[in-house]
Amino acid sequence: MRHAIAQIAGVLRRMFASKLAGLLSILVTGIALSLPAGMYVMLQNAQGLVEQLSGTPQISLFLTMDTKEDDVDKLRKQLAQHPAIARTEFVPRNQALEHLKESTGLSDVIGGLKQNPLPDAFIVYPKQGEAHALEELRNELAKLPKVELAQLDSAWAYKLEALLKFGRMVVLILASLLSLALIAITFNTIRLQILTQRDEIEVARLIGATNGFIRRPFLYFGAIQGLLGGIMAWLIISLSMLLLNWQLDALSQLYASQFSLHLLSPGDSLTLMLFSMYLGWLGAWLSVARHLSQNEPR
Amino acid sequence: MIRFNQVNKRYPGGYQALKNVSFEIAKGEMVFITGHSGAGKSTLLKLIAAIERPNLGSVIVNNQNVGVLKERAIPYLRRNLGIIFQDHKLLFDRNVFDNVMLPLQICGFDYRESHKRVRAALDKVGLLKREKSNPITLSGGEQQRLCIARAIVNRPTILLADEPTGNLDAEYAHEIMAIFKSFHQVGVTLLISTHDESVLQDTDVRVLALRHGELQSASSLSGQAASTRSGQA
Repeated sequence: MRHAIAQIAGVLRRMFASKLAGLLSILVTGIALSLPAGMYVMLQNAQGLVEQLSGTPQISLFLTMDTKEDDVDKLRKQLAQHPAIARTEFVPRNQALEHLKESTGLSDVIGGLKQNPLPDAFIVYPKQGEAHALEELRNELAKLPKVELAQLDSAWAYKLEALLKFGRMVVLILASLLSLALIAITFNTIRLQILTQRDEIEVARLIGATNGFIRRPFLYFGAIQGLLGGIMAWLIISLSMLLLNWQLDALSQLYASQFSLHLLSPGDSLTLMLFSMYLGWLGAWLSVARHLSQNEPR
Repeated sequence: MIRFNQVNKRYPGGYQALKNVSFEIAKGEMVFITGHSGAGKSTLLKLIAAIERPNLGSVIVNNQNVGVLKERAIPYLRRNLGIIFQDHKLLFDRNVFDNVMLPLQICGFDYRESHKRVRAALDKVGLLKREKSNPITLSGGEQQRLCIARAIVNRPTILLADEPTGNLDAEYAHEIMAIFKSFHQVGVTLLISTHDESVLQDTDVRVLALRHGELQSASSLSGQAASTRSGQA
């Protein structure tokens, strides 16, 4: 046990003996990891937004301007009897105008209008949210009399969803490539370490060190460097998110809405650090394994 | 304890280091290997420690055929051997104490117990006062003694020494030989290679004389003088 502690202490001493080189490796690891991990966070945020907005898909039916009140009643009954519709909500054109005045702060502009440009509208809440069924329902409702336009409000959300899937694939590819790069970085760092400790390794083998004994300090080194790189990536992402949120605050105040980016969840943070640690460990393992196999007795 | 059976060793490139070498060393024996440089002394020792493997024949150490030992088993063989290398193989990035500590670290020895053992080993070779020094500041004789301390700290049953008095003056060489004799007295099996026959003058021990990879004789000192003389002719 105390040998292990002494070994880790030795590893740390060696790491800090070459401050700049060690720091650079950690920084490179951090930046390389923060790219895919940062993109992942952004995607998570976008995902949250999509779910929030498309949670209850709606179809808006804008009626023609010449619609009379009994037309509206007739339509309301028709919609109520439709098997695919859960409920409907009628928005009269006056109410819509009021709402527009309040929510956008454009009351001056709207007040200057000679007449209300907005039509009456129904908001239809379908029973199911499946994209294809919604599209069919929209087409059906568009053919109803007095309906000028049927608009599927969540259509963009589905498009965004597809876009997010694409984004996730990009993150996956990027993460895989950068993981390989990280393994290569550790491999090389450890290779240089091995070169400086050639004598020690040779002597240790000659007096009975197992491969495991020789490998251990390098594995510690790789894992610690990986972990520090992971922490660096976490710091980079968190700091970036804080900066972005700071700007978003100002932006969302202008739009009178509340929106801020979520940071990495504790679970994701832990995964990031452990994954980075594992990559460092793996790179070190490969590097030592190569050295040992090259120096077997004939 | 150690048995060579018709051992041949040819290095890549065709150099034949050992030819049909057979001998047996009993437990607790102290044996010298003599011969000109390039006679195969180092190769013979390396075969015992599985640093090299024979091309033909068998090398038996402690009833194990070392020549065909699995890679994974080699470290455990070496832990039973104390090896004193021709080129010392000391580590200059750590002090005297830590150099001797290394074999115990490798075996995973208890921390406190290993401190005691390192001090005992250093005391044995008269380097206790230098434990904090860097080996590079030691004289040739002291470095050799440090190498011995590292070889014996594990309390091995077999001690292999490759030219331990190689480039030491007579007085130092005598000191080193005295240390080896004290190990012999406590029952350690010793195998010492040397090209310097003056260290054998006052010793009544068995000598294996090698010449161009062939064993000339396996005699005690009395018959040895003649055979080595003819070997050098």
